[in-house]
Amino acid sequence: MHPAPSVIIFTTLSGLGFGLLAFLCLGYPSAGGIVGFIFFAVGFTLAIGGLLSSTFHLGHPERAIKAFSQWKSSWLSREAWLSLFALALSGIYALGRIFFDIDLAIIGFLSAFFCVATVFATSMIYAQLKTVPRWNSRITPITFLTFSIAGGALLAGQISMALPLLALSGVIQIVSWISGDKAFAKSGTNLATATRLTSNSNEIRSFESPHTGTNYLLQEFAYRVGRKHGAKLRIIGIILAFGMPIIFLSIPFSHLIALLAVISHIVGIFVIRWLFFAQAEHVVGLYYGKR
Amino acid sequence: MTLLPEKTEKKLGLVIDLDTCVGCHACVVSCKGWNTENYGAPLSDENAFGANPVGSFLNRIHSYEVSPADKPAHLVHFPKSCLHCENAPCVTVCPTGASYKRVEDGIVLVNESDCIGCGLCAWACPYGAREMDPVEKVMKKCTLCVDRIYNENLPEEDQVPSCVRTCPAGARHFGDLGDPNSDVSILVEERGGTDLMPEQGTLPVNKYLPPRPKNQMDDTDILAPYLEPIADEPDGFFKWLDKTLDGI
Repeated sequence: MHPAPSVIIFTTLSGLGFGLLAFLCLGYPSAGGIVGFIFFAVGFTLAIGGLLSSTFHLGHPERAIKAFSQWKSSWLSREAWLSLFALALSGIYALGRIFFDIDLAIIGFLSAFFCVATVFATSMIYAQLKTVPRWNSRITPITFLTFSIAGGALLAGQISMALPLLALSGVIQIVSWISGDKAFAKSGTNLATATRLTSNSNEIRSFESPHTGTNYLLQEFAYRVGRKHGAKLRIIGIILAFGMPIIFLSIPFSHLIALLAVISHIVGIFVIRWLFFAQAEHVVGLYYGKR
Repeated sequence: MTLLPEKTEKKLGLVIDLDTCVGCHACVVSCKGWNTENYGAPLSDENAFGANPVGSFLNRIHSYEVSPADKPAHLVHFPKSCLHCENAPCVTVCPTGASYKRVEDGIVLVNESDCIGCGLCAWACPYGAREMDPVEKVMKKCTLCVDRIYNENLPEEDQVPSCVRTCPAGARHFGDLGDPNSDVSILVEERGGTDLMPEQGTLPVNKYLPPRPKNQMDDTDILAPYLEPIADEPDGFFKWLDKTLDGI
């Protein structure tokens, strides 16, 4: 799949932002005043910045409001609603916390719920697609949710929670790569089922493409650049996203070291998210003899 | 709404005969022409006369080489357009309701004024039936020529999809696949028509007729026995030469 920067930025930043807002709304840390303001400002910037970034890949962003209409069937529409609830409720909670130093516990709990639900809806946009066997698995929402919660704990400065969550995220990511690498073959879709011309996919190959140039399908679904570096990038991603932050958080705390841990984590998640798209293969590639 | 209808009154669709298709791409050209000049945003081309032309098409013809272990290899031309699935995954993922399946005839359409161009429907389609128009930035797909099949201003023989009307080989058939007595349903029954990627659970309406089995050469050529080699082993001078060369 084509790793569009807008979608990678969106899933990475909004995942972190909603994770952070969830912790803040549950009172971890229970800071008010200027410190609380900074924490919430970071959370809202990441969440809203990510959501805005996602509109850049739309052909007609001016019609984005219509995306709220089909929540009954579409995960993308549900995500729009859930993010709206999450942002509105955590906004109310943040106002109480920052300016009045009150803990609106019920609203805080609800906003944390909607923050996590938003990340779940994001992950389901990918996990629902039978056409991309690597994504079409329960492990996709599990990875998105653990990343968001671990990143949120890290950004919220909850070191005792962040350490095990980061380690857990790393393990889950490795498991998802191992199962994901087998997913396409396991899905049972191959050129034989795609054409029904033979029962054995070794007996058929694409002889001629329908067109000499490229097209939308090949640009969007048959992205193969950088796959040869996949194994190296996986190691780099795991080290940056989880390894380095765990080391940084294990040594005596300072703000500089915490900042380094956060930067390393964000860069690592970007690498892992890039791989999430670049290594995903869409079944339509079979028709072109490309995956 | 992007919820799929429980049942459609008709199941209009195409039956594509892979035995007959000669791979001329006439249907591709007529489809592009009709759908550029008529309903909806025109199918654009970018850099049409440059080094890297790219454009949107609703119908594309692949060609596959099939080489079974026990039969002669053959080439199959393979037209592919929207299959108007009963369980269309492209419809349910749409966040705006731009994608929908019609209750009256089962045609899957895009309301272009509601399409935000997110591309998720194309991601959900296993067949590559949807392409984002590079200029209009809305999703384009086969409409089954909805502006021809009900158009009473056209002569009756033209009230079929443009690709069907154009095909010089008669490899494309249009009709109601929900009616077991329709010509297309009978054709599918007789020729063993199949669904593409049935494991994806899309329940496509369009069916593909597999190529008929090819005759075997040795069954047809009555002169062949007279042309078989008379002696498997060489004799005379060649026998001596063969032996001598083996001995060296």
